[in-house]
Amino acid sequence: MNKKYIITGLVVFVIVVLSPFWFNLVTKTQAAPEPELSAKAKEAKKCVLDKYEMRANHMSLLDEWRDSVVRDADRMYTAANGHSFTMSLSTGENSCLGCHEDKAKFCDSCHDYASVDPYCWECHTNPKEIE
Amino acid sequence: MMKKSRRSFLRVAGIAAVGLGAAPAMNFAASDSHGTAKPMKTKNKKALTAHRWGMVIDTNKLNDEIVENIIEACHIAHNVPDFDHEVDEEKYPDTRPVNHKQEVKWIWDEHFHSAFPDKEDEFLAEKFKHLGFLVTCNHCKNAPCVQACPTQATFKREDGIVLMDFHRCIGCRFCMAACPFGSRSFNFRDPRPFIPETNADFPTRSKGVVEKCNLCAERLAKGEQPHCVEASQGAIVVGDLEDPESEVRVLLNENYSIRRKQSLGTEPSVYYVV
Repeated sequence: MNKKYIITGLVVFVIVVLSPFWFNLVTKTQAAPEPELSAKAKEAKKCVLDKYEMRANHMSLLDEWRDSVVRDADRMYTAANGHSFTMSLSTGENSCLGCHEDKAKFCDSCHDYASVDPYCWECHTNPKEIE
Repeated sequence: MMKKSRRSFLRVAGIAAVGLGAAPAMNFAASDSHGTAKPMKTKNKKALTAHRWGMVIDTNKLNDEIVENIIEACHIAHNVPDFDHEVDEEKYPDTRPVNHKQEVKWIWDEHFHSAFPDKEDEFLAEKFKHLGFLVTCNHCKNAPCVQACPTQATFKREDGIVLMDFHRCIGCRFCMAACPFGSRSFNFRDPRPFIPETNADFPTRSKGVVEKCNLCAERLAKGEQPHCVEASQGAIVVGDLEDPESEVRVLLNENYSIRRKQSLGTEPSVYYVV
């Protein structure tokens, strides 16, 4: 007697519960953007850590760098791969932005996609933006 | 049909165990032989170092023009906002009107009676009455701001510089209340619209952060003298107070000098030759 109510109820329930999946099937998902390397970064080939570690841990590295620069006045970083860098986000040729010249394509594209909003740039300046 | 004896089973199991154990050991040995060097953090070879940085200001060598140059050099280099600067409406639309009582300063000139309230004599030499005394953070030996800071954003570096980690400042302003010299300024608003020319070599600050003189730690690290010293035409000397041979100690030895509010016991590291 109640069979048809139960079945329709179940069908509706399943459709509703799985709605995120249906939604994803219908809409196109955006592919994660690849950070675009500047010509200079491509040429240099070696970053501070290897690519995957950099992707996962650059924020911890920057945090470590900040403490080292501000607290201990140690400003040079000799990486495990033998290259040395100035521990700075944006000042000088040997800093992060010194090599990864295009902040919008390198930092912002991923940060926007991942919806993270680091407040680095409230104080640190992008030398390209100043000119 | 294959029938395993206990002996053959044990033999295979033994070999397998050795094999399993060998893989991690081999990997370990292999990674060791690669010799992955530990990353190192070091100072620039040219960096200037001291046991305790101090400053000697020879007031006889100062005049209005030099004082102005010094202030300008410091404030431009460190992106210190000037609230009299006209805001670029295109770049920063909707900037609230300015309260001109606000100021942010790292080094500035002060009258003798304000800078040295405890040394105000009845018949003070006439020249002191008009001279602009350059005052800045004293980088005290017993810095009260360091004790007041609840987050250790202000701290005393090993070489005596009282430094701020702007990242950690929560804007509570305890340090401003603690500092007897008024050396600290608070950013009541975003300073960027009021920076005439942003210097790319130094960050700006953000709203809600205290700031003050850092004795040009970023320049000492590169082996350069602070901006004020360079602009002072010899009136300001910065050096190691604990080295008897240093230029500052020689100057202090040869001249009579005073310090600000010495009776408070903060032991300022800025000396004035008068």
